[in-house]
Amino acid sequence: MKVRVDVMLKTGVLDPQGEAVRHALGNLGFDGVETVRQGKVIELEVAPGTSEDTIKEMCEKLLANTVIENYAIQVL
Amino acid sequence: MKAAVIVFPGSNCDRDLAVAFERAGADVTMVWHKDTHLPEGLDIVGVPGGFSFGDYLRCGAIAAQSPITRSLIRHTERGGYALGICNGFQVLTETGILPGALMRNANLKFICKPVGLKVASTETPFTSGYDLGQEITVPVAHHDGNYTVTDEKLAQLRDEGRIAFTYTDNPNGSTGDIAGVISKNHRVLGMMPHPERAVDALHGGTDGQAMFRSLLDSFVSA
Repeated sequence: MKVRVDVMLKTGVLDPQGEAVRHALGNLGFDGVETVRQGKVIELEVAPGTSEDTIKEMCEKLLANTVIENYAIQVL
Repeated sequence: MKAAVIVFPGSNCDRDLAVAFERAGADVTMVWHKDTHLPEGLDIVGVPGGFSFGDYLRCGAIAAQSPITRSLIRHTERGGYALGICNGFQVLTETGILPGALMRNANLKFICKPVGLKVASTETPFTSGYDLGQEITVPVAHHDGNYTVTDEKLAQLRDEGRIAFTYTDNPNGSTGDIAGVISKNHRVLGMMPHPERAVDALHGGTDGQAMFRSLLDSFVSA
């Protein structure tokens, strides 16, 4: 079973890397890019039937730092 | 004073920290991250700087799950002392022993230079040897030192006198210019600058010495 976890900085937490990417896009001539937020995608291959609660625990304990990051779980 | 310094794969300030403790008169034991127990009768645990586990996932995130770190958490829960410097500070926030998180520097650059710090609290065993408001110079060397806490938490840290050091000229975007914070019981300090790299004239400065001496004094008088 394949699971995809998206980890993104929480709204309101400044993302200097995203901001640098936005600037670089502007330099390339792509106008009108208002904001860029950069995050992580983590793909897991887990045993069939692994509960969403278990995946959630993985996110809370390790995959995301919930002080600054949100996560979204997607079973593929 | 009996100290232990934890060594993770990728730690690179462990020996410097051990020397700084020794110079202050401590007996130091190096502890490997796979060890499950800290030595008995410890006064303080040092969590050194470096790039534990290659900074994979997030700085300090994997080290926070090491077997020895569980023992470190129990040590602090029992009221034990700990000092986390640079990557060690990142490990302490990742375990939740200290609040907040260390994010990428606001200018995205690795910053490696001496910086000015202001002693923001002397009510800690780490800073009692300084004067309140004293300005000292200590090196930083980090890419992810941008200390981030919510406004509520910042207010709480200020109310509780838990900000040990602030930057005189914020190099990394840290909330409230915070360079070092202490735990609620004032027994755990995490800081991004490296006091262990300022304990010998050959380091270019000795402003870090007072921290290790403060610790020794607090354990001798305790």
